[in-house]
Amino acid sequence: MITAERKPLEELIEYVKPYKRLLLLGCNECVTVCAAGGRKEVGLLASGLQMALLKSGNSIDIRQHTLERQCDPEYVEEVVSMIDGVDVVMSMACGCGVQQLAMRYKDKPVFPAVNTKFMGASERQGVWAERCQGCGNCLLGETGGVCPIARCAKQLMNGPCGGSTGGHCEIGEDVDCAWQLIWDRLKALGREESFVEITPAKDWRSGGGSGPRKIIREDLAE
Amino acid sequence: MKTESNLEKVLSAGHLAVTSECGPPRGAIPEEVVTKCKYLDGVVDAVNITDNQTAMVRMSSFAASVLTRQQGLHPLLQMVTRDRNRLAMQADIIGAYSLGIDTMLCLSGDHTKFGDHPMAANVHDIDSVQLIQMVKQMRDEGKFQGGADLKGPAPKMFIGAAANPFADPFELRVMRLAKKINAGADFIQTQCIFNVDKFEQWMEGVRARGLHERCHILAGVTPIKSVGAARYMQNRVPGMDVPQEIVDRMASVPKEDQPEEGVKICVETMERLKKVEGVAGFHIMAIEWEEKVEEIVKKAGLFPRPQV
Repeated sequence: MITAERKPLEELIEYVKPYKRLLLLGCNECVTVCAAGGRKEVGLLASGLQMALLKSGNSIDIRQHTLERQCDPEYVEEVVSMIDGVDVVMSMACGCGVQQLAMRYKDKPVFPAVNTKFMGASERQGVWAERCQGCGNCLLGETGGVCPIARCAKQLMNGPCGGSTGGHCEIGEDVDCAWQLIWDRLKALGREESFVEITPAKDWRSGGGSGPRKIIREDLAE
Repeated sequence: MKTESNLEKVLSAGHLAVTSECGPPRGAIPEEVVTKCKYLDGVVDAVNITDNQTAMVRMSSFAASVLTRQQGLHPLLQMVTRDRNRLAMQADIIGAYSLGIDTMLCLSGDHTKFGDHPMAANVHDIDSVQLIQMVKQMRDEGKFQGGADLKGPAPKMFIGAAANPFADPFELRVMRLAKKINAGADFIQTQCIFNVDKFEQWMEGVRARGLHERCHILAGVTPIKSVGAARYMQNRVPGMDVPQEIVDRMASVPKEDQPEEGVKICVETMERLKKVEGVAGFHIMAIEWEEKVEEIVKKAGLFPRPQV
């Protein structure tokens, strides 16, 4: 999923201070799972903003709503009836949701309430870690199911570097060495010799090197 | 012979080669490079010119290599994949070769986290193994990485790579060396060796695969200046293996005698390494202590350097 973290309240106050009527919009997808921008977080942020603004002598009318998916035009259409009643929108979705709103409601200011972080997985309760950089040409089949692009600090495709120590990356003991993980997997699979094969220089066109990417499925596109 | 590199000539003639390094200055001070060159002139076969080492901005390796060449020494251009993409690197390879630089070392580089620009983007368009492949393809096929033909003579670079026998997982370290040799590395410079037993164990694996016959392995050594430096390398430098007995030995002599003890340990290490089958020479990393290299080379019986 796409992970996100709520921005500091002070930053959000600066965004909305000049306005009187705010629509605070959550998203029921990834940001709900990583507890950054779902229904619950919308409620918490609404009261946080309300209190902080009251304290500084400002008042703001906050309307709360959570969409099924902010990255989908169909759901974004849902707020059409609310949009005229507010003078600003704050999205608690990832950057995709923020942009979807901004493109649909062109004359309405839209601010992000979260920092979109990475594509990751949950390691345990309350901990998410990066797993994929969307390079567009998956090599997990060759690397035992561990991604060196997302998980090696130097993005080495022929690692490990000389800084791998006791299973940790040289940048810190809290970071696993991706190539140690890859090697452990290759061993468990009896594929040790495949390590010697050189992975050639990557074609980054699939990974954003040729500009913004798009998927067009002819069988589905209208 | 693949190149005109002095280092290749020395190694091909069967001599134990000696290289050392020069860290370029943190400013436009060419005199510093010239001074370091004076210490190393006639003492080593090639001088590694580091490329933003420890991820700190310095005079470019390319510029300092040219200065070194102008002093009549043989620069060994280091190139890290951290700071530039494949276009920039190929441009520098052509430029360097055009200015008389014919030897290089392909590295991925220390992570930016350790330097003075931790906020910088890490490029890593390609990695060190892919850089070796790229230089080899330019040299042997006269082709750019993207496939187009180079104009004019191909840059005949003698290609080096690094190996760290002391990093984890140990069992991978010989295979990773094999990968670099398969990619096209002509010579290897290793991480500083303090734990000779572990290095010998690594070399056993190297010989078992016949890798010492496919490339020249230069054993990396470093004279330690003080017990503080020994402790720092032991505890703080990722991928370094400094046995406790080395630290204890440094601590056992008074502070003013520690530099001499460090040199002594370095020379003793070299004597032991000379006996290891497959060691083709030495890379002496006397960091900000270049003036000591001559003494070490002489004490290790490697002076004068062969004229080839």
